[in-house]
Amino acid sequence: MRHSLALLVTTAMCAVLSPWSASAADQADQISRGQYQAILGDCAACHTKPGGQPLAGGAPLETPFGPLVPPNITPDLETGIGSWTAEEFKTMMRTGIGHGGKRLYPAMPYPAYTKMSDRDVSDLWQYLTTVQPVKNEVEANQLPFPFNIRFSLFGWNLLNFTEGTYQADPSRSDEWNRGAYLVTGAGHCSTCHTPKSIMGADQEGQFLKGSSLQGWYAPDITGGNHTGIGSWTSDDIVTYLKTGVGTKTIASGPMAEAIENSTSRMEDADLAAIATYLKSLPDDSKATSTALPANDPRMIAGQAIYRDNCSACHSADGKGAMPLFPALSGNQIVQQGSPETPAHLVLFGSQGAQTDARPTNPSMPSLAWRLSDKQVADVLTYVRNSWGNAAPAVTESDIKKTMESR
Amino acid sequence: MTNILPRKDVVIIGLGWTGSILANELADEGLDVLAIERGPWRDTGTDFNIGYVQDELRYGIRRDLFLQPAVEAMTMRNNVSQTALPIRDYGSFLPGNGVGGAGVHWNGHTWRFWDSDFEIHSKLTERYGAARLEGLQLQDWGITGAEIEPYYDRFEYLAGISGKAGNINGKIQSGGNPFESSRSRDYPLPPMQMTYAPTLFAEGARSIGWHPFPTPSANLSEAYVNPLGVAMGQCTFCGFCERFGCANYSKASAQTTILPVLMKKKNFQLRTDSEVLHIDLDKSGKMARGVTYVDSSGVEFYQPADMVLVCAFGLHNTRLMMLSGIGKIYDPQTGEGTIGRNYAYQTVSGAQFFFDDKNFNPFIAAGALGQTVDDFNGDAFDHGPLDFVGGAGINCLPSNGRPIATRPVPPGTPRWGSQWKKATVSAYKSTMSLFSQGSSYPTSYNHLDLDPTYKDRFGRPLMRITFDFPDNDLRMSHYVSDRMVELGNALGGRETVVPKLKKGWDALAYQTTHNTGGVVMGNDPRTSAVNRYLQSWDVPNVFVVGASAFAHNAGKNPTGTVGALAFWAADAIRNQYLRNPGTALVSA
Repeated sequence: MRHSLALLVTTAMCAVLSPWSASAADQADQISRGQYQAILGDCAACHTKPGGQPLAGGAPLETPFGPLVPPNITPDLETGIGSWTAEEFKTMMRTGIGHGGKRLYPAMPYPAYTKMSDRDVSDLWQYLTTVQPVKNEVEANQLPFPFNIRFSLFGWNLLNFTEGTYQADPSRSDEWNRGAYLVTGAGHCSTCHTPKSIMGADQEGQFLKGSSLQGWYAPDITGGNHTGIGSWTSDDIVTYLKTGVGTKTIASGPMAEAIENSTSRMEDADLAAIATYLKSLPDDSKATSTALPANDPRMIAGQAIYRDNCSACHSADGKGAMPLFPALSGNQIVQQGSPETPAHLVLFGSQGAQTDARPTNPSMPSLAWRLSDKQVADVLTYVRNSWGNAAPAVTESDIKKTMESR
Repeated sequence: MTNILPRKDVVIIGLGWTGSILANELADEGLDVLAIERGPWRDTGTDFNIGYVQDELRYGIRRDLFLQPAVEAMTMRNNVSQTALPIRDYGSFLPGNGVGGAGVHWNGHTWRFWDSDFEIHSKLTERYGAARLEGLQLQDWGITGAEIEPYYDRFEYLAGISGKAGNINGKIQSGGNPFESSRSRDYPLPPMQMTYAPTLFAEGARSIGWHPFPTPSANLSEAYVNPLGVAMGQCTFCGFCERFGCANYSKASAQTTILPVLMKKKNFQLRTDSEVLHIDLDKSGKMARGVTYVDSSGVEFYQPADMVLVCAFGLHNTRLMMLSGIGKIYDPQTGEGTIGRNYAYQTVSGAQFFFDDKNFNPFIAAGALGQTVDDFNGDAFDHGPLDFVGGAGINCLPSNGRPIATRPVPPGTPRWGSQWKKATVSAYKSTMSLFSQGSSYPTSYNHLDLDPTYKDRFGRPLMRITFDFPDNDLRMSHYVSDRMVELGNALGGRETVVPKLKKGWDALAYQTTHNTGGVVMGNDPRTSAVNRYLQSWDVPNVFVVGASAFAHNAGKNPTGTVGALAFWAADAIRNQYLRNPGTALVSA
């Protein structure tokens, strides 16, 4: 992808002496900006299969309604978007209505992309026309009846979708507005981090407050101190998004992919803008947790399990040893309302994000083979309620649910 | 039928320490690099899982991580008058297997050889006269200590070695090893915190005028991020290093220092479970064309390449050269031929001090956690009045208190039953164990060649090891054993047991995996197989990297020198060889 771009840029530069020079140089600029839009929007996350050709169609997304397969968005005439016009592309990004009037399922985050500016959408389109066309037929819609009837989306949009580009808030700084534009628009953070209604739409008043996702829990990223990122400095957030490694935590699961493919390649100024915006989101959580008492039988059992299985890396005081072993004390991801992410990590293990700045990507090993559901529940209850942490106790059925999510 | 694959710039045989270092360096140079590894892929989270890696039966006793004789055996004998027989169960030494090689299961003692080692023949002749070296086949390495120093430094910083320098730019540093050669700077990390046994050992050693210092360790004293950006953890003293992979990212290995970066490089590729049968030469026999290997399903491939780097375990390097017909196999009768020449081992002996009133808590341990005395090592002391050359480090490195194998009992204890149990209970916590890591000097008769009778699963002859401890080395070892008795007496335990090493090397009981030589480096093509840059004298696009290049073995573990030589060879390839590929860097 980079190579073809470089080639184009070179071609454009060679053309300086020709009558088309100005437009060629402009076009190269536009393609380059469009490539950045593709990074901001993380198109590859869904539209590139692991190990597959770039943007030639992704692995199936498991939605609560059934599987959807992200289509081929290379400019192949028959199987990609080669026959689309720029105007059709723009309409699709704005409204979710694609080529030939076909309605897209909102797994394609057009409710976020609708906020992107005309220029950014047009740049992105220009870029997509330059990627290597790949012939790869994808049947996107593999939903069961009645969800496979695309017309139902008409009603969905009526209820859940507001079309329109981002409108700046003049009372806020340019940086804040840039952050808001990225988070709510191309970055489509709410796709994972906002809890969904029964219809799969963002829940009212719950923007970025954390949501279950593919057996993980995308945490609260609003400005609250307990479960949110209120205690993170802007620099902490920028470093985390840039490197995958924060002061206390290492990204894993879907966020590791988002960091590797998208945020680690964003400009620092954009990351700072995102941080400014996220930190400004109000902490209006009503429920505050109190830690379970240390003499609770689950805490006693959990501590023994922790000492035997976890403390060698995460240390007995829960402070860990960054940048290799995440701290558990004061780490928001272990204190979310839902224990899905820590349960996932203990049961299945995980490999951290890998970036140029932090190439180690250490592994959390799977411990499911040696701990019972009850033991996993107890050790997580202990971790969630020790060293200043406080979160609801974890039950065996929570663990079973996570176990079955895979 | 052999499948022919697309050409590569570089093929590396074996992805252990040296293969990983060279692969990373040459990938940085922009070359298209392929590593072919006989064993499986291995990584910390999946293969050295914190939940099961401390399984002594599986890894320590049944040796799960090691090369199995069914894959490759060797034959052994003590001298040329005997008929060699196959080693049907590796015991005396344990070659590694799989990605990371023996660097996965090592303890982590990370030494530099001394300046006097690289010019051993010249220096010892100068000091004691040529007659003293009679019966030995000592020779210079073709490089100087000053030349290799920066490459030791690179390896130590790659691996996060924890130690205390004894000599920085010629200035002796208190607390370090005063006998070491000058180094440009200190280790990247401070020494590990000492446990009781090495602390007491050091006190005793100092009381009789010796100079103990913390052993340089690849078990990390602190968290560390190496120059490649790879992070490592602080050692937790779990005591499962040798024979085990490290679950805590605390022991330096290819996995914990290089592979996270290397495996992401688009111009690097790894093929595991694939055994190289031989290096293919062109019709002239003077240039390598590539390698032939077999994958795990038995399919044979020919992999063309512009360069072949032989980076397997030292003994395997030697055998691959023999099987590929590169150079001439050494003949101990005529002294001609260089492949298999100057095979050496390590002259190891032990000591146990039994106390009544001590508790050493031996299970709080790490592979390279302890203290060393080098007063009787190498050329640190005057051999004038003595009847040998060489020496040994005296080490107190209580690496583990594992329940199956660590059961010290005094001599005369029954080997089972209630008396044995009683003795075990009383000695487990209160015994101090030492070992002397002695030099092993080459002779004309200790050597490697191909066995005339026994073959491997592909029908290739096995390697034959002809080895016994030279008289010089035995005299050295006995001298150092006497020093350990002195120390035992100074410490005043109940009983001091110092058995002396005997002639008659056998392949059963574990001694050490420090097998050196066979493809030695040097400045004379009649006595060395590779030049000072580890480039084959006979086939210039083949480099052979590892302990196989050692012209002798010093009284030190080899890994530090192996790592330094890998960086040294990488530098020569990047900055000299690639300017004019296919030509010799040193004219014969």
